[in-house]
Amino acid sequence: MCLGIPGKVTELYTANGMKMGRVDFGGVVKEACLEYLPDIRVGDYTIVHVGFGISQLDEDEARQTLALLREMDMLAGELPELAEAP
Amino acid sequence: MKYIDEYRDETLTRNLLDEIRRTVTRPWKIMEVCGGQTHSILKNGLDQLLPAEVELVHGPGCPVCVTPLELIDKAIALASRPDVIFVSYGDMLRVPGSEKDLFGVRAAGGNVRVVYSPLDSLKIARENSDKTVVFFGIGFETTAPANAMAVVQAKNQGIQNFAMLVSHVTVPPAISALLESPDVRVDGFLAAGHVCTVMGYWEYEPLVEKYNVPVVVTGFEPVDIARGVLMCVKQLEAGRAEVENAYARSVRREGNEPAQAVINQVFEPCDRPWRGIGVIPMSGHRFRPAYAEYDAELRFPEVQTIATKESSLCLSGQVLQGILKPNQCPAFGKECTPQSPLGATMVSSEGACAAYYRYHRYAELQIPKDQTPKPLAPEPELSVV
Ligand code: SF4
Repeated sequence: MCLGIPGKVTELYTANGMKMGRVDFGGVVKEACLEYLPDIRVGDYTIVHVGFGISQLDEDEARQTLALLREMDMLAGELPELAEAP
Repeated sequence: MKYIDEYRDETLTRNLLDEIRRTVTRPWKIMEVCGGQTHSILKNGLDQLLPAEVELVHGPGCPVCVTPLELIDKAIALASRPDVIFVSYGDMLRVPGSEKDLFGVRAAGGNVRVVYSPLDSLKIARENSDKTVVFFGIGFETTAPANAMAVVQAKNQGIQNFAMLVSHVTVPPAISALLESPDVRVDGFLAAGHVCTVMGYWEYEPLVEKYNVPVVVTGFEPVDIARGVLMCVKQLEAGRAEVENAYARSVRREGNEPAQAVINQVFEPCDRPWRGIGVIPMSGHRFRPAYAEYDAELRFPEVQTIATKESSLCLSGQVLQGILKPNQCPAFGKECTPQSPLGATMVSSEGACAAYYRYHRYAELQIPKDQTPKPLAPEPELSVV
């Protein structure tokens, strides 16, 4: 139930006084209520749960985490003997 | 898909698992709180790829599973009324009540509909002014803002033929209850990433201090989960107990404050029974007086008291507290299958029993002798919610 899927905001509009948007999930576009994301703009990524954007995805953070993990990968590849050490 | 595929990368996951193997020196039990994480763990085989020292136990974070039987029975009673259109998230339809499930009501001619978003139920209400649309408001803090917004919108748009049967539950009181229980032995927690997206993680700081147990906010993809486990194991091995955030691309310490504000506008905390577990103090939501007109239990007072009957075979309460693994339940895969479930944990797409069945963790284990099933507190016989 708590699954949320990241998608890119492609359009913003207002309906019944609520901030709404269209969100592209890798080709599948759905409507979402973005009322809880006052700062979100077209082009930003959001995580959508039961039709509501609950988070504006921090893309810098996402990139940094991946860079960090890939660095760890290179390190492990270069130092196999260390990796095996107790 | 961007921000999903990168976090499903097999090499990165394996490297993290290697790092866990290099870090761990003794056995640790780590509970992933969220049922969505349980499914991801089993689907990706992380439970089998982790070193033997690290045991993942599955927590109560499946809202469908913990919705008390009395509320399922109330839902069934409401859905059976000719003047009601009962609207729900799809997962709830096959959850067994005392006598039947919501699918059974629909098959018998009841007007039961499934929606993706609670806002859809307002549309149904506008189109059916001669009926009352009752929405089954289940969920954790992740879902509560959406349900709360539906109520606010109903009020703003003057939609009067709309009501909600509320069964929200909240995570921090459940973690406290688990830590207080003498039967539950957990060394560290992976906190649910999307609950924390909404609520932040400051609520866990006093828990970590009081119980000296690490909590790592964790996402849902294999890389996220492996990273959460690694951070938790590192804390345990170093004798540290802190709240750490392994899902910073979505979660901030303070959470989503506009969402919290709307939850607080509509709902207030209350004691709530959890199916199979018992009453956990201040672990649920009920309507604030200003929104009481949307409370389905007040709108239809005749559904207040319904005697419930729980399956005596189902051990889901122990499963939901991480005391038993689903395949340690004697009924698992025998009397109880997804086709004919005895408990909600076999039905829900986030239930641990369903995950074990779907991903073939059939290997039968004996129930350890020292683990006699015991609920945290007895479930009340009659509804007092
Ligand atoms: S396997 Fe079935 S009977 Fe056993 S705990 Fe799970 S849901 Fe209940």
